[in-house]
Formats: sequence, structure tokens, C-alpha cells
Amino acid sequence: MNDMSTPGGNGGSNGKGPKRPIHPGAGRRQALSHPKGRVLQAGEREAVEKLIGPGPYERALLIEYLHLIQDAEGCLPAGHLHGLSECLRIPMAEVFEVATFYAHFDVVPDGAERPARTTIRVCDSLSCMLAGAEDLITALETKAPSDVRVVRAPCIGSCHTAPAVHVGHRHVDHATAAKVLGLAETGAVETQIPEYQDFYGYASVGGYKTLKSCLSGAMSVDDVIGLLSDGGLRGLGGAGFPTGKKWGFVRAEKGPRLMAVNGDEGEPGTFKDRHYLETRPHQFLEGMLIAAWAVEAEEIFLYMRDEYPAVIKILKTEIQKIEAAGLTAHTKISIRRGAGAYICGEESAMIESIEGKRGLPRHRPPYVAQVGVFNRPTLVNNIETLYWIPQIIEKGADWFADQGKNGAKGLRSYSVSGRVKNPGVIPTAAGTTAEELIAQCGGMVDGHTFKGYLPGGASGGILPASMADIPLDFGTLEKHGCFVGSHAVVILSDQDDMKAAALNLMRFFEDESCGQCTPCRNGTEKAVKLMQKNKWDVDLLNDLAQVMRDASICGLGQAASNPLASVVKFFPDDLKN
Amino acid sequence: MTDKKITFELDGRTVEAAPDETIWQVAKREGTTIPHLCWNPAPGYRADGNCRACMVEIEGERVLAASCQRTAGEGMKVKTASERAKKSREMVFELLIADQPNKEDSHDPASKFWNWVSDMDIATTSRLPGADRPEGDVTHSAISVHLDACINCGLCVRACREVQSNDVIGMAYRGHGSKVIFDFDTEMGDSTCVACGECVQACPTGALMEANLLDDTGKRVAYEEETVDSLCPFCGVGCQTSVHVKDNKILYVDGRDGPANENRLCVKGRFGFDYIHHEDRLTKPLVRRDDAPKAWDMEIPRGDVDKVFREATWEEALERAAGGLRKTYDEDGGNALAGFGSAKGSNEEAYLFQKLIRQGFHTNNVDHCTRLCHASSVAALMEGLNSGAVTAPFTAAKDSDCMIVIGARPTQNHPVAATYLKNAAKRGAKLIIMDPRGHQDGMGRYASHMLQFKPGTDVAMLNAMLHVIIEEGLYDLQYVQAHTDGYAALKDKIKDFSPEKMEAVCNIPAETLREVARIYARSERSIIFWGMGVSQHTHGTDNARCLIALALITGQIGRAGTGLHPLRGQNNVQGASDAGLIPMVYPDYISVKDPAIKAKYEALWGTELSDQPGLTVVEIMQAIHNDDVKGLYVMGENPAMSDPDVQHARKALAKLDHLVVQDIFLTETAWHADVVLPSSAHAEKWGTFTNTNRQVQLARPVVSPPGEARQDWELIQALANRIGVKWDYKDVDEVFSEMASVMPSFDNITWERLLQEDSVTYPCDAPDKPGNEIIFATSFPTPSGRAKLVPAELLPPDELPDADFPMVLTTGRLLEHWHTGSMTRRASNLDALEPEAIVGLNPRDAERLNMEAGSDAIVETRRGKITLKVRVDRDIAEGMLFIPFCFAESPANFLTNPELDPMGKIPEFKYCAARIQKPSDTQSVIAAE
Repeated sequence: MNDMSTPGGNGGSNGKGPKRPIHPGAGRRQALSHPKGRVLQAGEREAVEKLIGPGPYERALLIEYLHLIQDAEGCLPAGHLHGLSECLRIPMAEVFEVATFYAHFDVVPDGAERPARTTIRVCDSLSCMLAGAEDLITALETKAPSDVRVVRAPCIGSCHTAPAVHVGHRHVDHATAAKVLGLAETGAVETQIPEYQDFYGYASVGGYKTLKSCLSGAMSVDDVIGLLSDGGLRGLGGAGFPTGKKWGFVRAEKGPRLMAVNGDEGEPGTFKDRHYLETRPHQFLEGMLIAAWAVEAEEIFLYMRDEYPAVIKILKTEIQKIEAAGLTAHTKISIRRGAGAYICGEESAMIESIEGKRGLPRHRPPYVAQVGVFNRPTLVNNIETLYWIPQIIEKGADWFADQGKNGAKGLRSYSVSGRVKNPGVIPTAAGTTAEELIAQCGGMVDGHTFKGYLPGGASGGILPASMADIPLDFGTLEKHGCFVGSHAVVILSDQDDMKAAALNLMRFFEDESCGQCTPCRNGTEKAVKLMQKNKWDVDLLNDLAQVMRDASICGLGQAASNPLASVVKFFPDDLKN
Repeated sequence: MTDKKITFELDGRTVEAAPDETIWQVAKREGTTIPHLCWNPAPGYRADGNCRACMVEIEGERVLAASCQRTAGEGMKVKTASERAKKSREMVFELLIADQPNKEDSHDPASKFWNWVSDMDIATTSRLPGADRPEGDVTHSAISVHLDACINCGLCVRACREVQSNDVIGMAYRGHGSKVIFDFDTEMGDSTCVACGECVQACPTGALMEANLLDDTGKRVAYEEETVDSLCPFCGVGCQTSVHVKDNKILYVDGRDGPANENRLCVKGRFGFDYIHHEDRLTKPLVRRDDAPKAWDMEIPRGDVDKVFREATWEEALERAAGGLRKTYDEDGGNALAGFGSAKGSNEEAYLFQKLIRQGFHTNNVDHCTRLCHASSVAALMEGLNSGAVTAPFTAAKDSDCMIVIGARPTQNHPVAATYLKNAAKRGAKLIIMDPRGHQDGMGRYASHMLQFKPGTDVAMLNAMLHVIIEEGLYDLQYVQAHTDGYAALKDKIKDFSPEKMEAVCNIPAETLREVARIYARSERSIIFWGMGVSQHTHGTDNARCLIALALITGQIGRAGTGLHPLRGQNNVQGASDAGLIPMVYPDYISVKDPAIKAKYEALWGTELSDQPGLTVVEIMQAIHNDDVKGLYVMGENPAMSDPDVQHARKALAKLDHLVVQDIFLTETAWHADVVLPSSAHAEKWGTFTNTNRQVQLARPVVSPPGEARQDWELIQALANRIGVKWDYKDVDEVFSEMASVMPSFDNITWERLLQEDSVTYPCDAPDKPGNEIIFATSFPTPSGRAKLVPAELLPPDELPDADFPMVLTTGRLLEHWHTGSMTRRASNLDALEPEAIVGLNPRDAERLNMEAGSDAIVETRRGKITLKVRVDRDIAEGMLFIPFCFAESPANFLTNPELDPMGKIPEFKYCAARIQKPSDTQSVIAAE
């Protein structure tokens, strides 16, 4: 105790030998050998700099940097996160909370094992579950070698080719365990680019003519807005807000203004944006550039979900081409890659994510048209919305508007999946009914009888077959507690358990709730627990549904109880056992 | 336009709101308190609207709105108590209750959460199934973490990140898995947490609690009986506190909404209070045993006190104390006596102490530790502006565009002041830090510029900035002409200090020097903060002169967001200096040589006074060695730890004929005492204290002193009367009144006013007006009304490294320990957090010297050597060593250089030559000695 190894042991002795320590403290603990907290190890910062480049660094690119590390390392080791927090000069907690918010990042604490080399993500959303995803997961989990891990993932936009799987970055349609494991084993895990109309193909059939006439002044902004309004173009991400009106609102705000494109098509059952981006990306890009011109957006943030790696590659390639062709001089295009969070399809959550933060929806008001990306007035449009714009301008408002029926205006792209013979994207008249869509998809799968349908993905509620004659459009379903949203129609049959379907959807919301507000964060979790019971406590579930609807901050929580409420309302027989 | 009121309907009544006022705020004003959890109606907290406990119904809106976050709109119809809104709020609580521990077993049944449950008259149970309960985290000595009570309201995140900007807490993961985390989801005790406890104060559920209030199962067992409004006893920030007491013991402390802290506290103020209840407290008067000779190197370990001292009655002790002083006075005259007052005591105590020395002994040998802190800053400020105090409070950072922080580490030494600087930097103000040590673990993250200059080259760096400002015409010609003298001489002097030339001296690139000079000069509002890194040098006065010149030639003074702010170290160093605890001046800095003032005090005190400036702290020690000073009265100071080259100081103390020490602990100084008088701690007394912002604030007694310990002012009076000056103060307020009557700076500040307002800034123009925070708007208190520019010479530090002592040793404080550690090392939480003596060493030096982090090392200078534990710290520059001076077992001041600044008489604590070795490498050296 009194030897020289005890600091203070020779305090008063001028180093001349041990003495009894003088110690006003209790002497019970040892001093830290470093300053508080994790000690940045030599090389950790340098390792990050090697991956993300030499700087200067932007806080808003945090998620992009995390992608670079995840892509290179297959995970996010704590040392890299610490190095990154040093590079960005932000708190460790800030890096950590962003990294752990997104499903596609694997944070590895100090001393923990890294995840397996290859990740198989199996879609467990409704359409894939109807197609046997659960059995597929079981088979994969049983057979996967140790360097392969199997995880459940929410909708990856392949509902028409269910069950769908990602092996690494490779998309697999109609997946089977053998096929998937074979790919994993051979290392065939890279993104495959489908055939699509490239820049030259699009330009050769008159593409970008409309943009050029806008940029040259041949068209005025007011003309364009007039066409969109007359054509009845509405926000096809799901909210259905009149596009021309939105542009007008944004233009009314004081500049500088920005634009964000919502490519986070995460609503289960929806795959139309992916369809257009993987077939005719330039028609969308032209629409986007026209929109940026119309609102004089200094920069466009093109937010693409990470579940569509092929789309991201296509966009990167093609945007380079249009930049080289001088078509983007009026603005600047920045691609931002999502990282696995359904909530980032909510426009204000997407904006947070664009700013490199957790995807927590903002309170409204103020609306994003007033206070959006980096607090600037921001135009947010969906992919498909922008997709129709060049054609509407070219062919006229009537051409578009007149295609609707049953009182609806325009064209819509219904993503139809579930128990139909030929699922897929059905571009057809707005106001088409579910019955008609089933017919257009070749009818029900043999042996299945139509029982009900999801008119608008996971959040749009569930309607019975008896109500399949309602025109599917914005505003037609609300009185039934449902909505058409992104026009994702999932057809259910007599062989499907409505309670199980509702539970699947509630589980999805539980997983994807951002966690910000109590009704959604705790409501979805409690609802799942209550819905797992054989007998539903309908009164309690109704109370729960009510507070979620009334008091959640954003549409996710407000709509999460729709399927549950639908089952209670329209499928009372299913609740009896 | 912004004043336009909004009219809307609240529960059927028409009400008005300011444009940025929320529905919750209007409702509260109108008498309706809407339940709220994540909303903390306190300064610095923004509404987040996440808990949804405050939902209200707005006519025409599809969903309910969070009243805490939603501003009122023209014509809006709001129902706060509709069935729908009420039901929704109740369901929110039911959702949260489902996951909480039962109220009876909860961590804090008296939490805001449970209080709302009771106020809303809803069930304490839930129909909903509960979730898995996370385990508690009790790894931190001061704060218990029990996330089973967490409702994810994020107040702790806002507290940590937005209010205090300490940046430890985050909300990680997603959805129902969202979780409050520290750093990388590490346990709190292993995180970078600085234990400011803002999160504890903000938490509405008891998920974050003062650990000492809980039993082993995490249940709250301690509740206060009363709460007293008082002040923090530690640094110069002057935080106001609410102290919660039970059984004459402090249970816990909260921050109060004072002008300097707006409810904020740091680890010392919030968790460092229990030193007053420590077993080492002196509870009986002690006199030195006849068989206990004095020796400079003696130490008195706990338990050995009775070998050196015996308990005495107050009568005996006071008579002995006064008798010894009287004897010296009679035999050797007043100049053979000296007194060290304290910057930890109140204004009243400081005033009485200097009065006793001056009136009782007819000498001005009275000083205190300001000599060791900011004497050089005060000297330069007096010389230049004829005022030693700050020209603006640190909260002026709120209005600043550019802040220079030089030679100061506010995150450790003035943590609450640091929060305002960090807040300002986040808002966009430039933060330029100049310090030989890095600030990676403090404010560094917020710095726009970090100038890690070569130690001791402050003047080179600052003169280079002055050079740029003058050469590039960035100075404020009008201001210089209207308000300053000496510009020509300054301009002439700095000609030779081009950044290109100084780059090699201070090790900062010329371009950086130019850039920061331009930013400082061109910013609309720039302010300078400095600490002991500037003052504790043989060229400390010169350093401060440069800073004053920077402010004066650019006119960055006397306006909102501008000024000069030396961050004062101790809770009352400003007040003690103001009250005349300085050998050259009477209260309010009037020279003892001023015949008119001398005559005034002679009339007032009825005795002849000395017109000779007295000796300073370090000079007194030398005078003892020279047999000039033989008797010393020390109140609340600890020169045996705080003086430079402290062996020399201890030898002086041991040599004294008579030493009276008045303190709450048997300090290292008291080891050499003849009489020890047990006195009262800060929390046990009435008094006023003046913080670094010139805010005179009132402290109230929270508990009574232990045993026979007595009030300091009573002891000073008792000694005074035994010495023969007749005093008859009945209470502290009488002392205050007398002091205020002789100090014009206290005009319009009365005891009664302080009882009401708790804090008044001086100078103050009228009894019903707030004091002036920003001073020198129109002129300076010099005879000409103009400030004086004084050029500074380039002088090297006194002791430069050489082959034998190749490193530079610098000393300072740790966040957890204050001054010599006599208080903080006996505070259980602070002791647990920083329990041992350490030496900070750069990682590259550690590698070069083959020294392992956490191993022992011996640090040696020409004056001594001590053993410490190596802390590898990248904030320490290569070639430097840092040792905190709070550790009695390894006193840093065994090593420091006592060489003084010629004008401020402050020692060079911040620079001396040293070497560091492994104990094994020095064995042979020791054996050879």
C-alpha cells in the first residue's frame, strides 16, 4: 500500500521514499487512464478518411458516409463510428443514433462480432407472405451456412414476383431457398441492371424537348402549372395533393428554394415507381427538371430508397449523361440514398434524412413548401407524379384528364398483387374499381375466391369483396375508413386470414414506427400484442386505434390502425374464432 | 409587425396571443394548465411535441394538435377539454403507464409523471400489456439510470445536447426499440458524461435520478423536508441553486433560474455538495499540542489529528489565537502580521477580514488567492480602464458574432458559462480558441478556429493580431480617437510583430493569425474571454494588455455582445477583491496611498491606518523567511497547496511564530497552525457573493454548522474584539450595510433588495432598475474618460526547457475538483469521479517514453518531484505535462516556479521546465542522492 506504486505514496517526501499517503478522498477508486469515454484508437480516424475521402466534411452527408463504411466493411464498427464523429466534429451519440435508426446499417460495438459476410433479406410484407415467405424464411434459416445471415425485411417492391429476396445487393424474384442459397454461395450478390430506355433512347424519340422549351422560355411557368392543374395531376406518392397548386405554393415562398424527390417507395404492395425507374427513367428525370425549373430550385435532392440498388445505379449513370448534355444547368442534382426506413417516405421525415438525420417526421405547420430541406422552401414530388409531366405538357391537359373515369381525372398506376393470376403495374384510368383491376390481372388465382382487398397498401385499410365496385381514387374511400394512397391494391381470398393479414400489417408499422410519438411508438407495439391474442379485445383496440389516429404526429401512426379497424368493421365473422 | 396580436378562441373565450406564443402558453396564462411531459416550460428548452400528453382539439382540423408546440392562429377555435382531447390524453398516459413500474415501486413516485396521473385523476394501472423492462444502469456514482421508467420524451437529449451542449445523450434505434443512449450506447459510467445532471433535472419520470435518493433496488427512499434558495459554493459563475434538505442534511440540489445559469448547473454544483457533511469537518476548536513541534514536511493523516492538536474551548482557542497575534503586534509591530482572506467567503467576510487587518494591525498585509489567479489581469485592466471587473457578462455571448477564448478551459473550470459559449457557437457565432492544450473533449467541437500555440508565446500571437488589424486598417479609427490614448506607441511597437515573423515564435501559421485577426476586428460584435492561461505567467500583465488593446482599437467593447471578460475562478473572487482583500487598495480599488481615502477610513474606523501598500501572497511567504512577518491569520485559504514552489511556502508556514487558521477542514495549511478555528461552510451561512458577471447575489443558510463550528464573521469579530478594536455587528446584514455605505459600486444595492431579487448586477443606477450588464458604453472611469493602450514586450517564460528538464509543465484544474481540493475531494461523487492524482501526457510522448496509460510516473522539476498516475490525453501538446493542483498526496505546486509577474505579482503556474520518468528509472537517481 505504501510503496511507490501507489500514487501519493511519496507525496510529501520529495520523492525520497515511501510515506503514508495523505489523501483527502476516500481512495476507493482508481483514476481513469484516459479522458472520459471511449478512447479513439490510433488509425481509427484514418481508416474512415480512407473510405470517405479527405474532407472537408458535411454534417448533412452523415448517412452517405455511413453507407461508404457499411459498403466497405459490411458493417459499422464502433471504431469507424468514432473516427467518423471526429471527422464531422459531431457527438458520438449523434452518429450512433443515426446509424441505429436505419435498418441497413449494422452497428458493431467494441468487442462484438461482425455480422455474416452475406445478408439475405427476405420480404415479409403481406404479398410475399401470401406467396410463402414464411416457409422460405424457415428453409433459409435452417440451411444457411454460417457466413450467411437471414433477416426479415419490409417490402422491397417486388410484390408481383413474390416471394422476393435480396441476396446482398442482388434482387431475386420468385425466390426459393435453393436459388437464393446458390447465389449466396457463388457470391453472385451484386446488383443486376435491367434493360431500360437510356438517355439516347429517350432523346431519340423526342425526349427532353419539353424541358428545352421550358428552359428556352417557349413555355412559361404559368402555362405549365395551368396544364398540370387542368390535367388533374395529383401527388401519386399517396397524398393526392394537386401538383399545380403545390408548385404555386412553393413559388410563392421567398427563395432560395429547393426540391426533393421522394423515391422512397416503401408502402407495402407498391412497386410502380420502381417500374418506371427501371424502364423509362428519363421521362421521370425530365419531369423532375421541369419541376425544378418551375420553382427555381437551386438543388434537387433525389432521395432513393436503398432497397432499389439497380435504380440508384441507373440514375447515377443517366444523370451523368444529362449533366454532360447540359440539361441540368438550371439546377443541381444530388442523389441521397435511403438506408432502410419506411418512415422516410413521409416527406418531412425524408427531409430529415436528406439532412443526414434520423427520419423523424416534423410537425406541421410549417409545411415543407415553407420550411423544408435546410429550412428552405422545398418542393417535394413523388417519382410517378413527375413521370407524367412531360407527357401532359406535350399531349395536353385533356389527354391526361380524360383518361380517368367514374368522376376521377387522369391516369394512375395501380400496383396489383396478391391472389390474382397476373399481378403487376396496371397503368389505367383513375377511378378504376378493384373488380376491374382483378379482371385486368387475369382474374383470381385458381382455387381462390375474392374476399377482400387492400386499396392503398398497408395503411389504406382493408375492404370486403362486396365493396369492390368503388372507384379507387383520392377521396372515395375515406368515408369507409380507408384510402387509396399509393394505389397499391393487394387482393385477398377466402384462404386468407384477415386477422393474420391485419397483424402482419400492424407488425410492419411496429417495426417501421420512428418512435417519436407515444401513440404510434407504443400504440403499434401494444396493438400487435393485443392482436396476437386469439380473441381480440375490440373495445380496447378501438380506444387504441382512436388515440393513434387522433394524436400521432404523422400519417404513419394516424393510419396504422386502419387495417385493424377495417377488420373489426368489415370482417366481423373473422373475429368470431 | 411582430407585435401584432393574434386573436383566437380558447374554450369558448376570446383570447389574445403573441405571434410566437403556443396554445399551451396562452392556456397557462389564462389559467388552464394542460398536462405535459415532454414539454419543459423552462429557459433553453424548445417544445418537441412528441409525448402527445397535451393534445387539444382545433375546430376544422382532422387530427388533434400538440398545444405545447402549436402556435395560436388568427380565428382558431381551440378546445382544451373536449371529450376527444381528454380521452386522447388519457390514452397517452395509459399507454405509458403500461410500461412503467407500478407507482408504489417506481423510482420516483413523486415524479412529474405520477403527479400528472394524480392531477388528471386517472388510474395508475393500464389495461394494455406491458413491454419488456430494461435493466438499470448504476455505473455512474452520481446518476442512476432506470430506463424502465423512460417515456422517450427526449428531454434528457435536449438537456444534454441543446441546453448544456455536453453532447453525450442521444435517442438511438427506432420505434418501440428507441432508447436513450450515452455515446455509443455505453453505460453511463463509461461514457463521456460530465455529470452536469441537467438530464436529471429535466427527466419527468425518475428514469434519470440522483443516485443517492434511491435504495439498492432503485426505489426512491429520500424526500426533502424543505427547499432553500441559495447559491453554488464553487466557481465564479455564480449559479443559483435550490437546495433540498432533510434532517439538517442536503439531499440534492437543483439549478434555479438565476441570471448566470438559468437553471443550469455542473457536476460540482449539483453533485458536489456533501463535503459539508464529511467526517473530516472540524467541529471543535483545536490548539497545537505542546509536544507537537512544527516541521515543514509534516503531514497529518486522517486519524492522527489528536497527535498534533488537542480540542479546546472556544474561550481558550480564541484567546490563544488573538493572544499570539497581539504578542507579535506588540513585539514586532503591525507589519510583522499578515492575513490571507478568502475568495470562497462572502463579501461581508472579506470586508470584515481586511478591516480587521487594517484597523487592528495598522498594516495592509492582507491578500487572498486572487493574487494567484487574475492579479495580472486586474493590474492590466486597472492600468488601461481603471476598472478590474468584466465589461460584460459571459451571457453576452448570446449577442456575440465572434468569441475569443484564450487561456481558459470553461468546460472544466466554468462549465455553466461554457454552455452559453457553446450555445452561441451553435447559433453561428465564431468561436476562436487559443490554448496550448487542445479542447477535443470540451468546446473544441464548436471552435471555428483552434490555435494551439506554443506555451508562453501569447504576446507574440496577440501582437501579431494587433499588427494585422493596424496594418490592414481594420481598427476603428473613430473609436480609437474618441476613447483611447497611446495608439501611436502601440502602433510603433507592433510594427515588428508581423504574423510572418511571429509564426515561428508561436507556432501558428501567419495566415491563421491574419484570418482570426480579421474575423475578430470585422465582426459586428466580438468578445474576449480569458482565464489563467493568460494571467499565470511572468508576462501575465502583458498578455492581458494585448487583449485589452485588441478590444480597444477595434471598438469591441461597451456594446451588446462585445467586451473583455476575465473568467473569475472562485465563487467570490470578484467580491473579495471589490471588498478590499488586496494589499494595495481599500474597497472599490482605492489606493491605500490616497490620503483622502485613508482619512475617510481613519475617521470611519477611528484609528490610524497605514499608507504603505502591503505584501502580496507570495511576498508574504518570502517575508516570513526573511523574519519580517511572524504572525499570520488565514481564513479559508490553503497556501500550503496553492502557492508556487509550495515547499518554500510550507517552510514559511512552519517557521511562523503564530499561525491561526480558520477553516472547515484541517487543510494542509492548518497542519502548521497554532490554533485552528472551526468555521462554517457556504451552505451554512448568510452572505452576498459577487460572481464573474458582477452580479451580487444572496446566499441563504441551508443547514446549521456541525458541532461547535461557528460563523466566520462572528469569529473575525471575536478576534477583532480580543485584539482591542471594538466591533458590535449583530448580523451579516449590518456588515453588508456598512460595506455598501463605503463602496459606491454597491449603490442602489441593499440587503432588502437582495432578499427580494436574489441578484443585482453592479453598477446599478437606481433602486428600482436592473444593474448595468454592459459597461463603458460612453466612457471609461479614468480621469480623462479615455482608456489607455499599453504595448507589450515579448518576454520568454522564466524557466525554459533544457536537456535536464526537457518538458513544459503546466498546472490547472479538473472539472470535478476545485482549487486545492479541500472541499471537492471530500465530496463523495467528485472523489469517485476523479479519485487520484494524475499527470496528463500526450499519446506520442507516452509512446516515446514507453509509459503506459494508467501507470505511475515521477514528475520532477528543479523544485521537487512527485508521483502520479499517467493519463494519456491527446489534448496535452507534445512536450507538455499537465498536472491538476488539487491533489494533496501529489501536490503540483511542489514543482511550480514561484517567479512573479513584475506588475501583477502573480506566479508562473502555467510554465516551468520538467521531466517525467518511470518510477523504476528513478530508483537509481534517488539512491544516489
